[in-house]
This record gives sequence, structure tokens and C-alpha cells, in this order.
Amino acid sequence: MDSAGEVVNDGKITLEGFTVAARAFADKWKRHNLSFPPWSWIPLINRTMLKKEEGYLSLEKIIILSSLEESAEEESLDVTADWSEKEESVDLTVLVQNVEDEAHYYDYHIVYSASYMVPMLYFRGYSSDGKPLSLDVIKRDLPSSSVSLLLESKWTFITQEEHPYLNRPWFKLHPCGTEEWIKLLSESSSSDGCQIPVELYLVSWFSVVGQVVGLKIPREMLI
Amino acid sequence: MAANEEAMKYVWEGAIPLQIHLHKSEVASHPAPPPALVLAPRIGYLPLLVPLIKPYFKDSLPPGEDSIWFDYKGVPLKWYIPTGVLFDLLCAESERPWNLTVTFLSLYLSFISFFCLRDTELGYTNLSFPFYLLLFLRVLETFYLQIHFRGYPSNVLIPCEGEDSAKWNFVNSLKEAAYIINGNCKNVMNMSQSDQEDLWTSVMNGDLDAYTRLLPKLKMGNIEDEFSRKESLSSPVSRQGGGTEIDVAGQVKTARIPVRLYVRSVSQNFENLEDVPEIDTWDEISYMNRPVEFLKEKGKCFTLRDAMESLLPEYSGDRAQTSGEEEADGSQETRGEIKLVRIQGIELKLEIPFSWVVNNLMNPEFYLHISVLVIGPQR
Repeated sequence: MDSAGEVVNDGKITLEGFTVAARAFADKWKRHNLSFPPWSWIPLINRTMLKKEEGYLSLEKIIILSSLEESAEEESLDVTADWSEKEESVDLTVLVQNVEDEAHYYDYHIVYSASYMVPMLYFRGYSSDGKPLSLDVIKRDLPSSSVSLLLESKWTFITQEEHPYLNRPWFKLHPCGTEEWIKLLSESSSSDGCQIPVELYLVSWFSVVGQVVGLKIPREMLI
Repeated sequence: MAANEEAMKYVWEGAIPLQIHLHKSEVASHPAPPPALVLAPRIGYLPLLVPLIKPYFKDSLPPGEDSIWFDYKGVPLKWYIPTGVLFDLLCAESERPWNLTVTFLSLYLSFISFFCLRDTELGYTNLSFPFYLLLFLRVLETFYLQIHFRGYPSNVLIPCEGEDSAKWNFVNSLKEAAYIINGNCKNVMNMSQSDQEDLWTSVMNGDLDAYTRLLPKLKMGNIEDEFSRKESLSSPVSRQGGGTEIDVAGQVKTARIPVRLYVRSVSQNFENLEDVPEIDTWDEISYMNRPVEFLKEKGKCFTLRDAMESLLPEYSGDRAQTSGEEEADGSQETRGEIKLVRIQGIELKLEIPFSWVVNNLMNPEFYLHISVLVIGPQR
């Protein structure tokens, strides 16, 4: 690709690049991250406005059991997955049952920001009766390492904002500085310091961002 | 320049008369309080009006804590959208006086003439006819809202803590606009805290003079106006030979303009704007927060139509003919059509140069808010 048409440039990504990267990310996730359900690509087809190839990635109904017993070192999240299709009624598969545990459900959307030219993570938590969880409750579900990261970092902070397409309040991880650390990642990961190939853009991005919300990706995805 | 200042004055002085009723479920006094009448700046936000409105209703409220929100005909209003945009988007169609004037005027005249003829022998004259007409027109321009002090719909609206939320939203939008125009938010981040405060205060108070004084401190990049740019005869010739302007660094000049687009779609064509049905939920409005990008090409003018085409490719240009094309199976498909483009309350002709529109009609946070009414594709 010539310099004028670069899909990934300076840590940023174009809309077309995002669509490609999203598909590649979802594919790799499906192949390597079997403890989770797959991400879905939700196209932005409004019945009145046909937008070609625009959409966002969605991962929903991830159950996080907030255990009251915490290990001394790193907290590991007991994460189970709800495999049911969105349209069907929820059929829970719970690995660990503890009378004091409360099931919190999480939805994650990876949405493209045309302004900042980077992806953004939107998420929300709710209890089994559908009631939304407050940020304080959500923070308790996050690994303690990421909570301190959130508090100290100027790059990662969470705000409550309206979902760009769904007209509902969600939480958003701020994109400020994304292109800077993506650049750092690409410089350190490749021998000639070239740009991240578009297929790996979202994988690299999520390897950092996912950790903030407690979602780790297996190393196989980074190849 | 003088023309630009005039336009900014127009934008900053634009105001919408609001008639605000306390929602009947919250009226705890008898009789119910009369509505509050407030003139709202177009570039302002609803939460900023609360101190003006609350005194009207404070004696009528049930006990408890306030969590204030507004609705228009049952639709909860997004408090972070400028008031003028809300009006242009939600109700201006049915309540714009200009379209109804002719119809009503003729009705009114016949009504009056009937009474005048009847009462001629009593010497009755109707001096107040022009007054009532004006009052009628005024009534039609009003934005009728309901205010709530309880029961905040937090499942659909993000929380609002009054002025602080409005300020946070403004600064965030400003940063985003700066990122789009300059490629980074440094100019906003580098502004001193007190300058940022003053900038916000100038917007809150509608103080254009103060805002204009603070603008140089903001160092927002220039959005070139084709009319103001001095054409230099010695500008570098395009290496690509396509008439594309290239600056000294050899970079193709692409401008990115912050735009927020609000699209209302109706399924059927209509003759009069007042036939457009009201919306029931925000889901009927497509919101696009997406910059318009255009190459600055010599000799070519990037118009508002070009901008709309880039944002809504399915609706604009020659491809959007309402006399459809035959599909393979013989069914006719008509593409959509843009019926109305409204910015700062003005219905604009699409031939206007886009840079003029941006420079003269953008909001103080450097965003251009465009309300669009389209007719969806027919099948």
C-alpha cells in the first residue's frame, strides 16, 4: 500500500482497516480462545441507511462470579461463558457454585472511533435481573492490578457515556493515547520496526485493553 | 473578518422560546403551576437553564431529592445536545410558522371578514388582527417541553449533575474537535485551567466578546475559507497533475472537519413539513459522530452537498433519484432522498461552500451540528 492509502498509520487505523482487523480478531479468538464464546460482528445496517462494511464487535453475557474469597496474590477471575444465542432464552452454565457468589453479566463492544481513528471499548455490567451495575460494583469485579492501573494511568480511564449506536448509557474506556502505545507495541514486536499488519491491529490493541477489564488473550493469537 | 463576526453573532444570539410544563405526575400543588417561559440560547444546553426554571416549580414539587430531566412529547431529551439542535431536529417541522402561515392566514382572514361583515353596523373593528397573527407565529415557534424532577430515566439517559456535566461534555467535545482538526488535543490540554474555565463561562453566559478574546489562547487550527484564502500565484504546482494542492512538505492537504449528524428518516414522501410524523424514541434518529474529510483541490469548491454525499452516500447526488431503477426481478427500487438540511435553524442550500458553512455556523466547541430529514429508500 502506498503511503497515502495506509490502513494502519502512526498507530491509527482507518475505517476499512478496522473492518478487516475486526474479522481477523474474531477469527483468531474463535480458534485460540475456546474458554469464551466468539465475538460477533454486528453490521450497522439501519433499515434506512445502508452503510457498507461498517459495524462493531460484540461479546455479550460473559458471566463473572464475584467471589468473596480473594487469593492473596493475583486475583483470578472465575469467568464462565454463556453459549446461548442472543435470540434464545438464557441457559446458564456455571462452573463454580458458591452460595455467596453473585453472577454479574458483562457485554463488551469494540467500536471504531472515526474522530480518533482508533478502536474503543464499550462495556456494561448487569445482574441477573437485568439491573445495570454501577462503576463501583464493576471495579470490584476487575483484577486489582487493573484498578490501580485505572487510578494511576493518564491513559486508561473509564467514563459513562452513551453508546454511539444503541441510545443507552454504557461505560467507555478512553482512547486517549491509544495510537501512542500501539506504536510502541509495533516497534517492540517487529524486527524492522514496521507498522503492525492490519490483521493483528485489534489483537495487539486488545492484548492491552482487554487486561484492563480482566479479559486476557492467549499468546497464540498474537502470532 | 467582519463577515465571520456577523455570522458568529447570529449564531450566539440565536435563541428558542421554551414553554416548560411540570410533568403532571409531579404536580403536588393545587392549582398546578403555570408553565415556565424561558428564552434558551441555541448554543446552550438544557441543564444550564435549570436555575432559571426551578423557581417556577419549587413550591409544587413532591418531597424528595431532585434529579432533573426534560422530555419532548414523551421522548427524554439528551441533555448534552445543544438546545438549538434539539429544536431543529425534533419539532421544527410541525411547528415552523412559515409553512402554515399562508394556510392559516387565509382561514383567519375569512374568519375575521365574516365577523367584520356581521358586526359592521355595530362599528366593530378588529385592530388586533396583526397582533394575534404575530402571537400565533410566536406560539408556533415555541419549543414545548416537560420538566421532571424525579424518576430520572437512567436506563436511557446518562447521568447529569447540572453545570458540571455540561462543562465536562463541552470540554470533551472541544478536545475531540481539536483532535480532528489538528491531529492532537494538545492545544486544549495546554490551555491553563483558568483559561479553560473562562472559555466555558463565556459559552455558558453567551458572552461572545469574552469567547473571542480567549480564542487565540486556544490555538485551534484554521479551517480555510475558500473566500478568505488569498490565492498565491506562486503556490506549488501539483506534482500529481490532478489539481490537488500540495503544501511545502509535499503532503496532500486534507481537511478534517468535526461534524455531528442527526438523521431523521421518514418512509413516505410528503408535501408539507407539518405532515412529518413526530418521533416516539431516539431509536428513530441515526446519530453520526464522524468527521468530513476533503481534499483541498484548486479550482474546485467543496460544497455542503459534497459533504452530505460523503456522510450519507446512499442519499445524495445524482444517484438519488426518486424515480427508481428497475431491479432484475422487475421490482422498482427508489433510493433515498435528502429533503432537508438544517444548521443553526437555517435550511441551507446544498450548493453553499462547505468551508463557509463550517466557519460561520459551527458551535463554540468547534463542532458543526447538522440535522437532516431524509426519505428512506422505498422498496
